[in-house]
Amino acid sequence: MTILTLTDLSKRFGSQTALDAVSLSVSAGERVALLGHNGAGKSTLMKLVLGLMVADDGTIELAGHAPGSAVARSLTAYLPENVAFHPSLTGRELIRHYLRLRGQDPRGADALLERVGLGAAARRRIGGYSKGMRQRVGLAQALIGAPRLMVLDEPTSGLDPISRRDFYALLDELAGQGTAILLSSHALSELEARTDRILVLSQGRLVAEGTLAGLRRQAALPLSVFLRARPGQGAALAIAFPEAMVEGDVLRLSCAPPDKLAMLERIAARRDLVADFDLSPPSLDDLYAHISGRAA
Amino acid sequence: MLRRLLSTAGLEFRIALRNRWVAMGAAMMVLFSLVLSAAGAAPAGGLAADPLSVTVASLVSLAVYLVPLIALLISFDAVAGEAERGTLPLHLTYPLSRWELLLGKLLAQLGVVVLAVLAGYAAAAAMAFATGGLRAAEGLAALWRLTWTSALLGAAFLSLGHAVSALSRRASGAAALAIGLWLVMIVLYDLGLLAAIMADDGGRFTTQVFPWALVLNPADAFRIFNLAASEAVDAASGLAGAASSIAIWKPLASLILWPVLAAGLARLSLARVMP
Repeated sequence: MTILTLTDLSKRFGSQTALDAVSLSVSAGERVALLGHNGAGKSTLMKLVLGLMVADDGTIELAGHAPGSAVARSLTAYLPENVAFHPSLTGRELIRHYLRLRGQDPRGADALLERVGLGAAARRRIGGYSKGMRQRVGLAQALIGAPRLMVLDEPTSGLDPISRRDFYALLDELAGQGTAILLSSHALSELEARTDRILVLSQGRLVAEGTLAGLRRQAALPLSVFLRARPGQGAALAIAFPEAMVEGDVLRLSCAPPDKLAMLERIAARRDLVADFDLSPPSLDDLYAHISGRAA
Repeated sequence: MLRRLLSTAGLEFRIALRNRWVAMGAAMMVLFSLVLSAAGAAPAGGLAADPLSVTVASLVSLAVYLVPLIALLISFDAVAGEAERGTLPLHLTYPLSRWELLLGKLLAQLGVVVLAVLAGYAAAAAMAFATGGLRAAEGLAALWRLTWTSALLGAAFLSLGHAVSALSRRASGAAALAIGLWLVMIVLYDLGLLAAIMADDGGRFTTQVFPWALVLNPADAFRIFNLAASEAVDAASGLAGAASSIAIWKPLASLILWPVLAAGLARLSLARVMP
């Protein structure tokens, strides 16, 4: 079931185009990541979805309702980027308030804070929380009332690797219960391959869409091959692989994905010269730079 | 609707308590009230009025400066601060209307102003009873009138603070605007009127425009209403004395309409904010 549908969405600020005819949809239980540089249009897209801004062109439908309408608000949860809750309040007071705003029992606050790992800090003031803890308070308020759509703006920036893993585990759980999740990030490497679909925004346009494996296949970036020569065979190895570049005591070659097996055969044929070899796929950052760079 | 409004108010009041706004406001009012009643106690002997009425007359000229100042100080951050912290867009995605957000804050901050005013006036009244004995009870009606009109004056300036806060979107800019607003409405407005009267020398401005100009400013309306209704007009400053001919319902209507008008202004100003 489709929860969120965007059709030819455009938004301009003066002469600047923030979003240019973007269409996408998110289904129940799907985790979709919106990727892009700062200023690529991610936050603008999210604010349009939340009804905080009005689009210049195109339509948004949220389970059949207009963004910002009373029903749409009751179905949606939001975690803004870099949100700083008032430092004088405790986590518990804040979550109790948000529960009341959504018409829920404020006694549920402790359970929510427990769920994001803040049970022990619930009665302490937010001013004394670490950055990761503050982000968890934000996440706790987004969990209120089992929302149908969660909009998370750079939710993992500033989180340590362990917290990030916990965070994605929580998202898995929510998606399993049918919540549609739209989250943004400025780096592929932050996503940890824990999303179902990745959308790449560049200068307000949707430039790539697919699973991580699919994007990798499309980009067809070369792999890097590293060869280490047997003692005394360095010169002979360099002659056998004339296209290689010398990097310290290893040789570096690049290899297109379809040529992987041929490359292995070449290496195996010269095992008299090769002491060891390594093969590394392009990193997620390389892949992202390639996709967004190609679009620009 | 009421639940969301009250929850917002409760949270805001807690913040005001912990930010020491309540303590600061009350301390300011108590300090100035005590100084004023101590200074006013000496000449009171020659007047026919009871000591509390005399104290109230001097408290009016204190409140006309301090109540708007305290109100603006605690309200200027309301929208701009939330916009800066990033909580404003979050609140606006909740099932919480902009009216509920503003009125919730107004209610909490009005509580702070009322507490400060009560503390100050109670201290002054205690002084009056201590020096004048039971005769001071004659001034209780004037003190009560001063208290509820101070709340109305406070509500007007709290909402004006919210309007300014939504207009500037940055806490620093909002603070500057709030101080500017206080200077213009409380200090420069009266100075301007005074200058105009001197230049006019009893002409059309003094007889036709001036009474209305006084009533239109909530601070002047507050002063006129309290002094005109009081026995101790002799203690009033020149401006209020000059306006003693104004019908009492006019400043009262102004005092009641201003909080409503200012809240409407704040709402319009917040409507323009796209977080």
